[in-house]
Amino acid sequence: MITVTNLQKSYGRLKVLDNLSVQLNAGQAVSLIGPNGSGKTTFIKSILGMVMPDGGEISFLGEPIHNGWQYRQQIGYMPQIGRYPDTMKIRQVFDMIKDLRQSTQGKNSLLQLDEELIEAFELSKLYDKTMRSLSGGTRQKVSACLAFLFNPKVLIMDEPTAGLDPLAAELLKAKILREKAKGKLILITSHVMSDLDELTTAVMYLQDGQLQFFTDVDRLKADTGEEKLGRAIARVMSRGKLSAYERLSESFAVTNTHSIVQSSNQK
Amino acid sequence: MIKVIKYVWLDILQNRIVLAYTVFLLVISATLFGMETNPGKGLMSLLNIVLMVVPLISLIFTTIHFYNSYEFIELLLAQPINRSKLLLSEFSGVASSLVTAFLVGVGGPVLYYAPGATGAALLAAGVALTLVFVALAFLASVCTRDKAKGIGLALLIWFYFGLLYDGLVLTILFTFSDYPLEKAMLVLTTLNPVDLARIFIMLQMDVSALMGFTGALYQEFFGSAAGSLYALGVMLIWIVVPIWAAVRVFCKKDL
Repeated sequence: MITVTNLQKSYGRLKVLDNLSVQLNAGQAVSLIGPNGSGKTTFIKSILGMVMPDGGEISFLGEPIHNGWQYRQQIGYMPQIGRYPDTMKIRQVFDMIKDLRQSTQGKNSLLQLDEELIEAFELSKLYDKTMRSLSGGTRQKVSACLAFLFNPKVLIMDEPTAGLDPLAAELLKAKILREKAKGKLILITSHVMSDLDELTTAVMYLQDGQLQFFTDVDRLKADTGEEKLGRAIARVMSRGKLSAYERLSESFAVTNTHSIVQSSNQK
Repeated sequence: MIKVIKYVWLDILQNRIVLAYTVFLLVISATLFGMETNPGKGLMSLLNIVLMVVPLISLIFTTIHFYNSYEFIELLLAQPINRSKLLLSEFSGVASSLVTAFLVGVGGPVLYYAPGATGAALLAAGVALTLVFVALAFLASVCTRDKAKGIGLALLIWFYFGLLYDGLVLTILFTFSDYPLEKAMLVLTTLNPVDLARIFIMLQMDVSALMGFTGALYQEFFGSAAGSLYALGVMLIWIVVPIWAAVRVFCKKDL
């Protein structure tokens, strides 16, 4: 569905994306994982046409996206930090985006709206609040609702659960799973490995702007001999040498058992 | 595109700056005409204000508006919307609201106190100046990411065209006073939209006799229909080129 070939991007001397090639297909739920500053957001923004790559090509459904915009009708994007015009109310933001989408689609085809998440988050109660007055979490809810609103074929979510309360995070995850079942392509970045473990079936691992590997979650777990995605990734990140992470986790395990022993002794 | 312009207007109406600008122009124009018994003199005083204030407000307002709508632009760019159309809509929205403010604020009093060719020339020049400096401000804003830098650049443009340029021209005149400079002066004028507007209006006012030999030359050149067309054409270039450059830069910009 999305084909990326030899994508390159640098900010000044800093190479953010280095010859990145990957093929993402419908029905896949992909976690995009990598250390901070490994180019995850830049990769996502290049797909959305918000960052202009220095080289390489991105195709969407076989068509190169170069300076195109129609393809974005098929993409729902939830940004890491949703920024909205301060003075607009939630209702106005939704209405505006609906209005603009409708005008790009032409009058004959009515928009198919998916307002499930708006109802689940009970956003309609907050419709008359201005964006300025919203908390970070509520803003994230608005971003999530906008991403799902137009029933897109592709969902791209940059740290979707960051800042959401536990209930909202669960509601969002349930929604993502429902959309995944419909055979959509879902691309998620997150640092919360347990979320990714629940949601995704494939892992795309970026480091220093290079694709380290792209594989099934199950395969990765089998290769590393770990049961949890978080452990498996940590093992990959520290491949070869006994890393700071392992030393830390070992000493942590020791002190932990130590304190448990102590507390049970006290009892 | 019309839809986007609609939302730009809604945003501009909401912050009331343009409304304040309209009232400010209205008060100044009415006062100047009220003080002078001769409407011609009133126009003359108004001219000087228009030449300074219109570029300044257009530049500053556009730059601040652009940076304040960064979120709006970012939001829309994740939607199926064409980048160049988005910027052109922003330009049309801002330019049309400032032009409306000018036409109401200055046009109203001019029509009331001093209707005629000179008044029309003043209005045409004011509208053209608004468009030119809105376009230049867009170019300055898309080139800089930082708000303070963008506003600084806008102010620099104003200082350059409003104050520095005249100084430069005078220096050239004095340095090369032994040579015939009439043709050169014509060219130099077209390089500054503010000068162009000033001369365009002055010639309609019949005060060009005060401008000496160059005045006569201007009279001969700009006084004719061809001269007016030429002035208009140059103004059009001053609008189209910056906005075209701004669209090009914006289309390649990372957000």
